[in-house]
Amino acid sequence: MTILNLSSVTFRYGNGAGVENLSLTLGPGEMLGLLGHNGAGKTTTIKLMLGLLTPSQGDVTVLGNRPDSADSRKNIGYLPENVRFYPHLTGRESIEYFARLKGVPPAQARRTLETVGLGHAADRKVRTWSKGMMQRLGLAQALLGQPRLLILDEPTVGLDPVATRDLYQRLNELRANGTAVVLCSHVLPGIERYLDNVAILSDGQMVVQGSVPELRRQANLPVQIRVRGLADREAVQRQFSDDIIRQVNAHGLELDVDEHHKLDRLAALLDHHPQDVEVHAPSLEDLYCHFMQQHGGLNP
Amino acid sequence: MTPLLVIASKELRDSLRNRWLIAATLVFTGLALAITLFGGAASGTVGITNLPATLASLASLTTFLVPLMALMLAYDAIVGEDEQGTLLLLLAYPLNRTTLLLGKYLGHALLLAIAMSAGFAVAALALLGLSDLDASTVLMAFGRFTLASLLLGWVCLALGYLISVYVSEKSTAGGVALGVWFIMVLLFDLILLAVLVATEGHVLSDTLPWLLLANPTDIYRLLSLNDAQGALTGVLALGDGLPRQPLLQWGALLVWGALPLLLALRRFRTRHV
Repeated sequence: MTILNLSSVTFRYGNGAGVENLSLTLGPGEMLGLLGHNGAGKTTTIKLMLGLLTPSQGDVTVLGNRPDSADSRKNIGYLPENVRFYPHLTGRESIEYFARLKGVPPAQARRTLETVGLGHAADRKVRTWSKGMMQRLGLAQALLGQPRLLILDEPTVGLDPVATRDLYQRLNELRANGTAVVLCSHVLPGIERYLDNVAILSDGQMVVQGSVPELRRQANLPVQIRVRGLADREAVQRQFSDDIIRQVNAHGLELDVDEHHKLDRLAALLDHHPQDVEVHAPSLEDLYCHFMQQHGGLNP
Repeated sequence: MTPLLVIASKELRDSLRNRWLIAATLVFTGLALAITLFGGAASGTVGITNLPATLASLASLTTFLVPLMALMLAYDAIVGEDEQGTLLLLLAYPLNRTTLLLGKYLGHALLLAIAMSAGFAVAALALLGLSDLDASTVLMAFGRFTLASLLLGWVCLALGYLISVYVSEKSTAGGVALGVWFIMVLLFDLILLAVLVATEGHVLSDTLPWLLLANPTDIYRLLSLNDAQGALTGVLALGDGLPRQPLLQWGALLVWGALPLLLALRRFRTRHV
Protein backbone atom coordinates (compact mmCIF):
# COMPACT_ATOMS: atom_id res chain seq x y z
CA MET A 1 0.00 0.00 0.00
CA THR A 2 1.46 3.34 -1.06
CA ILE A 3 0.56 6.53 0.75
CA LEU A 4 2.29 8.99 -1.53
CA ASN A 5 3.62 8.52 -5.01
CA LEU A 6 5.33 10.94 -7.37
CA SER A 7 6.35 9.54 -10.73
CA SER A 8 8.56 11.58 -13.07
CA VAL A 9 6.98 14.84 -11.97
CA THR A 10 7.99 18.04 -13.72
CA PHE A 11 6.71 21.52 -12.99
CA ARG A 12 7.97 24.88 -14.22
CA TYR A 13 7.03 28.35 -13.08
CA GLY A 14 6.90 31.17 -15.60
CA ASN A 15 10.43 32.27 -14.69
CA GLY A 16 11.92 28.86 -15.44
CA ALA A 17 12.35 27.72 -11.83
CA GLY A 18 10.63 24.53 -10.77
CA VAL A 19 11.33 20.85 -10.37
CA GLU A 20 12.27 18.24 -12.94
CA ASN A 21 11.62 14.56 -13.19
CA LEU A 22 11.04 13.83 -9.50
CA SER A 23 10.07 10.36 -8.40
CA LEU A 24 9.28 9.46 -4.80
CA THR A 25 7.35 6.75 -3.00
CA LEU A 26 6.27 6.71 0.61
CA GLY A 27 4.68 3.78 2.43
CA PRO A 28 2.72 3.66 5.71
CA GLY A 29 4.75 4.68 8.76
CA GLU A 30 7.69 5.85 6.70
CA MET A 31 9.37 9.18 7.19
CA LEU A 32 11.05 10.96 4.30
CA GLY A 33 13.49 13.80 4.78
CA LEU A 34 13.29 16.32 1.96
CA LEU A 35 16.53 18.29 2.06
CA GLY A 36 18.00 21.04 -0.05
CA HIS A 37 19.16 24.65 -0.03
CA ASN A 38 16.82 27.61 -0.37
CA GLY A 39 15.25 27.59 -3.79
CA ALA A 40 16.13 23.94 -4.38
CA GLY A 41 12.47 23.15 -5.03
CA LYS A 42 11.40 21.75 -1.65
CA THR A 43 8.37 23.99 -1.30
CA THR A 44 7.40 23.45 -4.93
CA THR A 45 7.60 19.69 -4.34
CA ILE A 46 5.36 20.05 -1.29
CA LYS A 47 2.83 22.10 -3.25
CA LEU A 48 2.79 19.38 -5.90
CA MET A 49 2.18 16.77 -3.17
CA LEU A 50 -0.74 18.86 -1.91
CA GLY A 51 -2.19 19.35 -5.36
CA LEU A 52 -1.77 23.13 -5.09
CA LEU A 53 0.28 22.95 -8.27
CA THR A 54 -0.48 20.68 -11.19
CA PRO A 55 2.54 18.98 -12.75
CA SER A 56 3.15 19.64 -16.43
CA GLN A 57 4.43 16.08 -16.72
CA GLY A 58 4.14 13.04 -14.51
CA ASP A 59 1.69 12.03 -11.82
CA VAL A 60 1.12 12.67 -8.14
CA THR A 61 -1.18 10.41 -6.12
CA VAL A 62 -2.09 10.38 -2.43
CA LEU A 63 -3.66 7.08 -1.34
CA GLY A 64 -4.26 6.33 -5.00
CA ASN A 65 -6.25 9.53 -5.63
CA ARG A 66 -5.48 12.95 -7.02
CA PRO A 67 -3.97 15.02 -4.19
CA ASP A 68 -6.54 17.81 -4.58
CA SER A 69 -9.53 15.49 -4.20
CA ALA A 70 -11.55 15.93 -1.00
CA ASP A 71 -10.78 12.30 -0.02
CA SER A 72 -7.05 12.87 -0.23
CA ARG A 73 -7.20 16.21 1.52
CA LYS A 74 -9.08 14.76 4.49
CA ASN A 75 -6.14 12.39 4.95
CA ILE A 76 -3.41 15.00 4.63
CA GLY A 77 -2.07 17.15 7.43
CA TYR A 78 0.08 20.07 6.33
CA LEU A 79 2.25 22.45 8.31
CA PRO A 80 3.49 25.28 6.06
CA GLU A 81 6.80 27.00 6.64
CA ASN A 82 6.35 30.04 8.91
CA VAL A 83 2.73 29.10 9.53
CA ARG A 84 0.48 32.00 10.46
CA PHE A 85 -3.05 32.34 11.75
CA TYR A 86 -5.76 34.95 12.08
CA PRO A 87 -4.38 37.29 14.76
CA HIS A 88 -7.82 38.29 16.04
CA LEU A 89 -8.91 34.72 16.83
CA THR A 90 -8.00 32.84 20.00
CA GLY A 91 -6.20 29.52 19.85
CA ARG A 92 -9.41 27.63 20.49
CA GLU A 93 -11.33 29.55 17.81
CA SER A 94 -8.53 28.98 15.32
CA ILE A 95 -8.32 25.24 15.83
CA GLU A 96 -12.12 24.92 15.81
CA TYR A 97 -12.35 26.79 12.51
CA PHE A 98 -9.87 24.47 10.84
CA ALA A 99 -11.51 21.45 12.43
CA ARG A 100 -14.90 22.41 10.98
CA LEU A 101 -13.31 22.80 7.54
CA LYS A 102 -11.92 19.29 7.87
CA GLY A 103 -15.12 17.83 9.32
CA VAL A 104 -13.52 17.08 12.70
CA PRO A 105 -15.66 17.50 15.87
CA PRO A 106 -14.73 20.62 17.93
CA ALA A 107 -14.16 18.53 21.07
CA GLN A 108 -11.43 16.59 19.28
CA ALA A 109 -9.93 19.86 18.08
CA ARG A 110 -9.66 21.13 21.64
CA ARG A 111 -8.00 17.87 22.71
CA THR A 112 -5.47 18.27 19.91
CA LEU A 113 -4.69 21.72 21.27
CA GLU A 114 -4.00 20.13 24.67
CA THR A 115 -1.71 17.47 23.23
CA VAL A 116 0.60 20.09 21.71
CA GLY A 117 0.75 21.86 25.08
CA LEU A 118 -1.36 24.89 24.22
CA GLY A 119 -4.23 24.21 26.62
CA HIS A 120 -3.19 27.10 28.86
CA ALA A 121 -3.17 29.62 25.98
CA ALA A 122 -6.36 28.44 24.27
CA ASP A 123 -8.38 31.52 25.20
CA ARG A 124 -5.74 34.08 24.33
CA LYS A 125 -5.65 35.79 20.97
CA VAL A 126 -3.06 34.42 18.58
CA ARG A 127 -1.78 38.00 18.16
CA THR A 128 -0.12 37.74 21.58
CA TRP A 129 1.53 34.38 20.96
CA SER A 130 5.22 33.61 20.54
CA LYS A 131 6.66 32.05 17.39
CA GLY A 132 7.02 28.69 19.11
CA MET A 133 3.37 28.68 20.17
CA MET A 134 2.29 29.56 16.66
CA GLN A 135 4.38 26.66 15.39
CA ARG A 136 2.68 24.29 17.83
CA LEU A 137 -0.74 25.54 16.76
CA GLY A 138 0.36 24.84 13.20
CA LEU A 139 1.25 21.33 14.23
CA ALA A 140 -2.08 20.90 16.03
CA GLN A 141 -4.06 21.82 12.91
CA ALA A 142 -1.92 19.43 10.85
CA LEU A 143 -2.74 16.61 13.29
CA LEU A 144 -6.51 17.17 13.06
CA GLY A 145 -8.46 14.11 12.00
CA GLN A 146 -5.58 11.61 12.25
CA PRO A 147 -4.03 12.23 8.84
CA ARG A 148 -2.39 9.34 7.01
CA LEU A 149 0.09 11.67 5.35
CA LEU A 150 1.76 14.46 7.28
CA ILE A 151 3.71 17.08 5.35
CA LEU A 152 5.81 19.26 7.63
CA ASP A 153 7.77 22.20 6.24
CA GLU A 154 10.45 23.28 8.73
CA PRO A 155 8.47 22.10 11.77
CA THR A 156 11.19 22.74 14.34
CA VAL A 157 11.80 26.42 13.57
CA GLY A 158 11.07 28.36 16.75
CA LEU A 159 10.85 25.24 18.90
CA ASP A 160 13.17 24.76 21.87
CA PRO A 161 15.07 21.45 22.19
CA VAL A 162 12.50 19.92 24.54
CA ALA A 163 9.61 20.81 22.25
CA THR A 164 11.59 19.47 19.29
CA ARG A 165 12.10 16.14 21.02
CA ASP A 166 8.39 16.07 21.91
CA LEU A 167 7.58 16.65 18.26
CA TYR A 168 9.67 13.72 17.07
CA GLN A 169 8.25 11.48 19.79
CA ARG A 170 4.73 12.38 18.69
CA LEU A 171 5.68 11.72 15.08
CA ASN A 172 7.00 8.30 16.07
CA GLU A 173 3.70 7.47 17.77
CA LEU A 174 1.80 8.50 14.64
CA ARG A 175 4.11 6.47 12.45
CA ALA A 176 3.51 3.43 14.59
CA ASN A 177 -0.15 3.84 13.60
CA GLY A 178 0.72 3.99 9.93
CA THR A 179 1.00 7.72 9.25
CA ALA A 180 3.61 8.57 6.64
CA VAL A 181 5.61 11.75 7.15
CA VAL A 182 7.38 14.09 4.76
CA LEU A 183 9.79 16.31 6.66
CA CYS A 184 11.40 19.35 5.10
CA SER A 185 14.19 20.74 7.19
CA HIS A 186 17.27 22.91 7.22
CA VAL A 187 18.21 21.62 10.63
CA LEU A 188 20.07 18.40 9.87
CA PRO A 189 21.77 17.42 13.15
CA GLY A 190 19.71 14.98 15.14
CA ILE A 191 17.09 14.11 12.58
CA GLU A 192 18.82 11.25 10.77
CA ARG A 193 17.78 8.62 13.27
CA TYR A 194 14.12 9.41 12.57
CA LEU A 195 14.36 9.29 8.79
CA ASP A 196 13.73 6.12 6.80
CA ASN A 197 14.61 7.85 3.59
CA VAL A 198 16.36 10.99 2.50
CA ALA A 199 15.88 12.89 -0.73
CA ILE A 200 18.30 15.70 -1.50
CA LEU A 201 17.18 18.33 -3.99
CA SER A 202 19.23 20.95 -5.76
CA ASP A 203 18.08 23.36 -8.46
CA GLY A 204 14.86 21.42 -8.86
CA GLN A 205 16.58 18.11 -9.44
CA MET A 206 16.92 15.02 -7.30
CA VAL A 207 20.59 14.79 -6.35
CA VAL A 208 20.32 11.53 -4.46
CA GLN A 209 17.70 9.46 -2.71
CA GLY A 210 17.86 6.52 -0.29
CA SER A 211 18.11 5.46 3.34
CA VAL A 212 20.90 6.97 5.45
CA PRO A 213 22.95 3.71 5.43
CA GLU A 214 22.51 3.49 1.66
CA LEU A 215 23.74 7.04 1.25
CA ARG A 216 26.72 6.25 3.50
CA ARG A 217 27.68 3.31 1.31
CA GLN A 218 27.23 5.36 -1.82
CA ALA A 219 29.25 8.30 -0.50
CA ASN A 220 31.90 6.02 0.95
CA LEU A 221 33.07 8.73 3.34
CA PRO A 222 35.63 7.68 5.97
CA VAL A 223 34.69 7.01 9.55
CA GLN A 224 36.49 9.28 11.97
CA ILE A 225 38.09 7.70 15.03
CA ARG A 226 39.44 10.01 17.69
CA VAL A 227 41.67 8.64 20.44
CA ARG A 228 43.03 10.57 23.39
CA GLY A 229 45.62 9.97 26.10
CA LEU A 230 47.95 7.72 24.13
CA ALA A 231 51.20 6.82 25.97
CA ASP A 232 53.16 6.29 22.74
CA ARG A 233 51.61 8.32 19.99
CA GLU A 234 54.45 7.79 17.48
CA ALA A 235 54.02 4.03 17.64
CA VAL A 236 50.35 4.38 16.74
CA GLN A 237 51.14 6.78 13.92
CA ARG A 238 53.63 4.30 12.49
CA GLN A 239 51.22 1.39 12.78
CA PHE A 240 48.33 3.21 11.05
CA SER A 241 50.32 5.11 8.46
CA ASP A 242 47.97 3.87 5.70
CA ASP A 243 45.08 5.85 7.17
CA ILE A 244 44.83 9.60 7.01
CA ILE A 245 45.93 10.74 10.39
CA ARG A 246 45.95 14.05 12.29
CA GLN A 247 47.47 14.97 15.62
CA VAL A 248 45.11 16.33 18.24
CA ASN A 249 46.33 17.91 21.49
CA ALA A 250 49.42 16.45 23.08
CA HIS A 251 48.51 12.79 23.20
CA GLY A 252 45.58 12.49 20.83
CA LEU A 253 45.10 11.36 17.24
CA GLU A 254 42.31 11.54 14.68
CA LEU A 255 42.12 8.79 12.05
CA ASP A 256 40.01 8.69 8.89
CA VAL A 257 39.42 5.02 8.24
CA ASP A 258 37.46 3.17 5.63
CA GLU A 259 34.02 1.99 6.79
CA HIS A 260 35.03 -1.67 6.16
CA HIS A 261 38.10 -1.44 8.38
CA LYS A 262 36.41 0.36 11.22
CA LEU A 263 36.25 -2.55 13.65
CA ASP A 264 39.78 -3.86 12.90
CA ARG A 265 41.25 -0.43 13.48
CA LEU A 266 39.30 0.04 16.68
CA ALA A 267 40.47 -3.28 18.07
CA ALA A 268 44.08 -2.51 17.15
CA LEU A 269 43.84 0.97 18.66
CA LEU A 270 42.50 -0.39 21.93
CA ASP A 271 45.73 -2.41 22.30
CA HIS A 272 47.50 0.92 22.84
CA HIS A 273 45.29 1.60 25.91
CA PRO A 274 44.00 5.09 25.09
CA GLN A 275 42.11 6.96 27.80
CA ASP A 276 39.17 7.66 25.49
CA VAL A 277 37.86 6.73 22.04
CA GLU A 278 35.20 8.46 19.95
CA VAL A 279 33.85 7.08 16.68
CA HIS A 280 32.04 9.34 14.24
CA ALA A 281 30.22 7.81 11.31
CA PRO A 282 29.56 10.41 8.58
CA SER A 283 26.57 12.43 9.77
CA LEU A 284 23.63 13.42 7.62
CA GLU A 285 25.26 16.84 7.43
CA ASP A 286 28.49 15.30 6.07
CA LEU A 287 26.52 13.27 3.54
CA TYR A 288 24.51 16.30 2.50
CA CYS A 289 27.65 18.38 1.95
CA HIS A 290 29.31 15.51 0.09
CA PHE A 291 26.47 15.01 -2.37
CA MET A 292 25.95 18.73 -2.83
CA GLN A 293 29.65 19.19 -3.59
CA GLN A 294 29.48 16.32 -6.04
CA HIS A 295 26.51 17.96 -7.69
CA GLY A 296 28.40 21.25 -7.81
CA GLY A 297 25.60 23.03 -6.04
CA LEU A 298 27.30 24.00 -2.80
CA ASN A 299 28.75 27.46 -2.36
CA PRO A 300 32.35 27.39 -1.12
CA MET B 1 -21.90 22.42 8.24
CA THR B 2 -20.51 22.49 4.73
CA PRO B 3 -17.17 24.27 4.13
CA LEU B 4 -19.07 27.00 2.25
CA LEU B 5 -21.11 27.85 5.34
CA VAL B 6 -18.13 27.46 7.68
CA ILE B 7 -16.27 30.11 5.71
CA ALA B 8 -19.28 32.40 5.33
CA SER B 9 -20.03 32.26 9.05
CA LYS B 10 -16.43 33.09 9.89
CA GLU B 11 -16.72 36.28 7.82
CA LEU B 12 -19.92 37.16 9.69
CA ARG B 13 -18.35 36.52 13.08
CA ASP B 14 -15.21 38.46 12.18
CA SER B 15 -17.23 41.55 11.36
CA LEU B 16 -19.31 41.20 14.51
CA ARG B 17 -16.06 41.11 16.42
CA ASN B 18 -14.37 44.07 14.75
CA ARG B 19 -17.69 45.94 14.93
CA TRP B 20 -17.86 46.49 11.18
CA LEU B 21 -21.42 45.22 11.16
CA ILE B 22 -22.64 47.46 13.97
CA ALA B 23 -20.86 50.48 12.49
CA ALA B 24 -22.27 49.87 9.01
CA THR B 25 -25.77 49.34 10.38
CA LEU B 26 -25.56 52.58 12.37
CA VAL B 27 -24.34 54.48 9.32
CA PHE B 28 -27.21 53.25 7.17
CA THR B 29 -29.76 53.83 9.93
CA GLY B 30 -28.49 57.31 10.71
CA LEU B 31 -28.32 58.28 7.08
CA ALA B 32 -31.77 56.97 6.22
CA LEU B 33 -33.32 58.56 9.30
CA ALA B 34 -31.68 61.91 8.66
CA ILE B 35 -32.83 62.01 5.04
CA THR B 36 -36.31 60.86 5.92
CA LEU B 37 -36.79 63.40 8.69
CA PHE B 38 -34.84 66.36 7.36
CA GLY B 39 -34.63 65.60 3.63
CA GLY B 40 -36.89 68.56 2.84
CA ALA B 41 -34.68 71.07 4.62
CA ALA B 42 -33.12 72.17 1.34
CA SER B 43 -36.54 73.18 0.04
CA GLY B 44 -37.32 75.08 3.20
CA THR B 45 -39.37 72.58 5.18
CA VAL B 46 -38.34 70.47 8.13
CA GLY B 47 -40.16 67.19 8.53
CA ILE B 48 -41.57 64.56 6.27
CA THR B 49 -41.89 65.71 2.67
CA ASN B 50 -43.06 63.01 0.30
CA LEU B 51 -42.01 59.47 -0.44
CA PRO B 52 -40.49 59.87 -3.95
CA ALA B 53 -38.44 62.89 -2.87
CA THR B 54 -37.22 61.06 0.23
CA LEU B 55 -36.12 58.03 -1.77
CA ALA B 56 -34.47 60.22 -4.39
CA SER B 57 -32.35 62.03 -1.80
CA LEU B 58 -31.56 58.77 -0.07
CA ALA B 59 -30.43 57.26 -3.39
CA SER B 60 -28.13 60.17 -4.12
CA LEU B 61 -26.23 59.36 -0.93
CA THR B 62 -26.26 55.57 -1.16
CA THR B 63 -24.90 55.88 -4.70
CA PHE B 64 -21.65 57.06 -3.14
CA LEU B 65 -21.70 55.16 0.10
CA VAL B 66 -22.73 51.63 -0.89
CA PRO B 67 -20.01 51.10 -3.55
CA LEU B 68 -17.39 52.46 -1.18
CA MET B 69 -18.42 50.18 1.68
CA ALA B 70 -18.67 47.11 -0.54
CA LEU B 71 -15.34 47.69 -2.26
CA MET B 72 -13.57 48.30 1.07
CA LEU B 73 -15.08 45.10 2.44
CA ALA B 74 -14.05 43.00 -0.55
CA TYR B 75 -10.75 44.28 -1.88
CA ASP B 76 -8.56 42.24 0.50
CA ALA B 77 -10.74 39.12 0.64
CA ILE B 78 -8.25 36.94 -1.23
CA VAL B 79 -5.07 38.99 -1.46
CA GLY B 80 -5.33 39.73 2.27
CA GLU B 81 -5.41 36.04 3.18
CA ASP B 82 -2.53 35.48 0.78
CA GLU B 83 -0.43 38.23 2.32
CA GLN B 84 -1.31 37.09 5.83
CA GLY B 85 -0.13 33.56 4.99
CA THR B 86 -3.43 31.81 5.74
CA LEU B 87 -4.44 31.24 2.11
CA LEU B 88 -1.82 28.53 1.57
CA LEU B 89 -3.07 26.66 4.62
CA LEU B 90 -6.75 27.00 3.67
CA LEU B 91 -6.11 25.70 0.17
CA ALA B 92 -4.54 22.52 1.58
CA TYR B 93 -7.86 21.74 3.29
CA PRO B 94 -10.65 19.63 1.78
CA LEU B 95 -12.33 22.51 -0.03
CA ASN B 96 -11.87 23.74 -3.55
CA ARG B 97 -11.09 27.29 -4.52
CA THR B 98 -14.59 27.98 -5.79
CA THR B 99 -16.00 27.08 -2.36
CA LEU B 100 -13.51 29.32 -0.58
CA LEU B 101 -14.24 32.34 -2.77
CA LEU B 102 -18.01 31.84 -2.79
CA GLY B 103 -18.05 31.23 0.97
CA LYS B 104 -16.31 34.51 1.64
CA TYR B 105 -18.54 36.30 -0.87
CA LEU B 106 -21.63 34.84 0.74
CA GLY B 107 -20.49 36.07 4.15
CA HIS B 108 -19.82 39.57 2.86
CA ALA B 109 -23.08 39.64 0.89
CA LEU B 110 -25.02 38.71 4.03
CA LEU B 111 -23.23 41.42 6.01
CA LEU B 112 -24.31 44.09 3.54
CA ALA B 113 -27.83 42.67 3.55
CA ILE B 114 -28.10 42.80 7.35
CA ALA B 115 -26.68 46.31 7.67
CA MET B 116 -28.80 47.80 4.86
CA SER B 117 -32.06 46.04 5.68
CA ALA B 118 -31.82 47.06 9.33
CA GLY B 119 -30.92 50.65 8.50
CA PHE B 120 -33.58 51.20 5.87
CA ALA B 121 -36.23 49.34 7.84
CA VAL B 122 -35.80 51.76 10.74
CA ALA B 123 -36.20 54.68 8.34
CA ALA B 124 -39.29 53.16 6.75
CA LEU B 125 -40.87 52.63 10.18
CA ALA B 126 -40.05 56.18 11.19
CA LEU B 127 -41.65 57.47 8.01
CA LEU B 128 -44.75 55.38 8.67
CA GLY B 129 -45.00 56.51 12.27
CA LEU B 130 -44.62 60.22 11.54
CA SER B 131 -46.76 60.53 8.43
CA ASP B 132 -50.14 59.38 7.24
CA LEU B 133 -48.71 57.67 4.16
CA ASP B 134 -50.16 54.35 3.09
CA ALA B 135 -48.23 51.53 4.79
CA SER B 136 -48.11 49.17 1.83
CA THR B 137 -46.92 51.92 -0.53
CA VAL B 138 -44.10 52.90 1.81
CA LEU B 139 -43.04 49.32 2.46
CA MET B 140 -43.11 48.40 -1.22
CA ALA B 141 -41.10 51.45 -2.20
CA PHE B 142 -38.57 50.98 0.58
CA GLY B 143 -38.39 47.26 -0.21
CA ARG B 144 -37.57 47.96 -3.84
CA PHE B 145 -35.09 50.62 -2.82
CA THR B 146 -33.35 48.28 -0.33
CA LEU B 147 -33.19 45.51 -2.90
CA ALA B 148 -31.69 47.81 -5.52
CA SER B 149 -29.13 49.19 -3.03
CA LEU B 150 -28.29 45.66 -1.99
CA LEU B 151 -27.83 44.57 -5.58
CA LEU B 152 -25.51 47.52 -6.14
CA GLY B 153 -23.58 46.46 -3.03
CA TRP B 154 -23.29 42.91 -4.29
CA VAL B 155 -22.11 44.13 -7.70
CA CYS B 156 -19.37 46.17 -6.02
CA LEU B 157 -18.44 43.21 -3.80
CA ALA B 158 -17.97 41.14 -6.95
CA LEU B 159 -15.80 43.89 -8.47
CA GLY B 160 -13.79 43.97 -5.24
CA TYR B 161 -13.25 40.21 -5.42
CA LEU B 162 -12.13 40.52 -9.02
CA ILE B 163 -9.52 43.06 -7.92
CA SER B 164 -8.56 40.87 -4.99
CA VAL B 165 -7.74 37.79 -7.08
CA TYR B 166 -5.85 39.71 -9.76
CA VAL B 167 -3.37 41.79 -7.76
CA SER B 168 -0.59 40.34 -5.64
CA GLU B 169 -0.41 42.98 -2.92
CA LYS B 170 -3.05 44.22 -0.56
CA SER B 171 -2.00 47.86 -0.86
CA THR B 172 -2.32 47.68 -4.65
CA ALA B 173 -5.77 46.16 -4.28
CA GLY B 174 -6.82 49.03 -2.01
CA GLY B 175 -5.62 51.60 -4.53
CA VAL B 176 -7.32 49.90 -7.46
CA ALA B 177 -10.55 49.60 -5.47
CA LEU B 178 -10.54 53.33 -4.72
CA GLY B 179 -9.88 54.03 -8.39
CA VAL B 180 -12.82 51.86 -9.44
CA TRP B 181 -15.04 53.65 -6.93
CA PHE B 182 -13.95 57.05 -8.24
CA ILE B 183 -14.70 56.05 -11.83
CA MET B 184 -18.07 54.58 -10.91
CA VAL B 185 -19.42 57.45 -8.86
CA LEU B 186 -17.80 60.43 -10.52
CA LEU B 187 -15.51 60.09 -13.53
CA PHE B 188 -17.80 58.03 -15.74
CA ASP B 189 -20.68 60.50 -15.49
CA LEU B 190 -18.34 63.43 -15.90
CA ILE B 191 -17.00 62.07 -19.18
CA LEU B 192 -20.47 61.25 -20.46
CA LEU B 193 -21.60 64.73 -19.56
CA ALA B 194 -18.59 66.28 -21.25
CA VAL B 195 -19.33 64.37 -24.46
CA LEU B 196 -22.96 65.46 -24.29
CA VAL B 197 -22.14 69.11 -23.76
CA ALA B 198 -19.30 69.27 -26.27
CA THR B 199 -21.36 67.74 -29.04
CA GLU B 200 -24.56 69.46 -27.97
CA GLY B 201 -26.14 66.06 -27.90
CA HIS B 202 -25.86 65.48 -31.63
CA VAL B 203 -23.24 62.74 -31.69
CA LEU B 204 -24.12 59.19 -30.83
CA SER B 205 -27.45 60.29 -29.51
CA ASP B 206 -28.78 56.76 -29.95
CA THR B 207 -25.83 55.04 -28.31
CA LEU B 208 -25.11 57.32 -25.38
CA PRO B 209 -28.16 56.35 -23.33
CA TRP B 210 -27.11 52.73 -23.51
CA LEU B 211 -23.72 53.69 -22.12
CA LEU B 212 -25.48 54.32 -18.82
CA LEU B 213 -25.78 50.56 -18.56
CA ALA B 214 -21.98 50.35 -18.59
CA ASN B 215 -21.88 51.85 -15.12
CA PRO B 216 -23.65 49.95 -12.33
CA THR B 217 -24.14 53.07 -10.22
CA ASP B 218 -26.02 54.74 -13.09
CA ILE B 219 -28.23 51.69 -13.49
CA TYR B 220 -28.86 51.85 -9.76
CA ARG B 221 -29.82 55.51 -9.93
CA LEU B 222 -32.18 54.91 -12.82
CA LEU B 223 -33.69 52.05 -10.91
CA SER B 224 -34.18 53.92 -7.69
CA LEU B 225 -35.65 56.90 -9.53
CA ASN B 226 -38.37 54.77 -11.09
CA ASP B 227 -40.31 55.37 -7.90
CA ALA B 228 -39.59 59.09 -8.03
CA GLN B 229 -41.51 59.28 -11.32
CA GLY B 230 -39.91 61.54 -13.87
CA ALA B 231 -37.29 64.12 -12.98
CA LEU B 232 -34.20 62.52 -14.51
CA THR B 233 -31.63 65.28 -14.21
CA GLY B 234 -28.00 65.75 -15.14
CA VAL B 235 -26.38 62.88 -16.95
CA LEU B 236 -29.28 60.64 -16.04
CA ALA B 237 -31.42 62.64 -18.46
CA LEU B 238 -29.84 60.29 -20.97
CA GLY B 239 -31.96 57.61 -19.35
CA ASP B 240 -34.93 59.08 -21.17
CA GLY B 241 -33.45 57.59 -24.31
CA LEU B 242 -33.68 54.12 -22.78
CA PRO B 243 -36.80 52.03 -22.71
CA ARG B 244 -38.00 52.62 -19.15
CA GLN B 245 -38.12 48.97 -18.40
CA PRO B 246 -37.42 48.08 -14.77
CA LEU B 247 -36.72 44.56 -15.96
CA LEU B 248 -33.91 45.79 -18.22
CA GLN B 249 -32.37 47.70 -15.31
CA TRP B 250 -32.64 44.83 -12.82
CA GLY B 251 -31.24 42.47 -15.44
CA ALA B 252 -28.31 44.74 -16.23
CA LEU B 253 -27.46 45.02 -12.55
CA LEU B 254 -27.60 41.25 -12.15
CA VAL B 255 -25.24 40.79 -15.08
CA TRP B 256 -22.93 43.33 -13.47
CA GLY B 257 -22.90 41.17 -10.34
CA ALA B 258 -22.51 37.78 -11.97
CA LEU B 259 -19.87 38.61 -14.55
CA PRO B 260 -17.09 39.89 -12.26
CA LEU B 261 -17.78 37.07 -9.84
CA LEU B 262 -17.41 34.46 -12.58
CA LEU B 263 -14.24 36.13 -13.83
CA ALA B 264 -12.88 36.22 -10.28
CA LEU B 265 -13.61 32.50 -9.83
CA ARG B 266 -11.86 31.69 -13.09
CA ARG B 267 -8.81 33.73 -12.24
CA PHE B 268 -8.62 32.37 -8.69
CA ARG B 269 -8.42 28.81 -10.00
CA THR B 270 -5.11 29.55 -11.70
CA ARG B 271 -3.65 31.92 -9.12
CA HIS B 272 -0.34 30.68 -7.69
CA VAL B 273 -0.10 30.53 -3.92
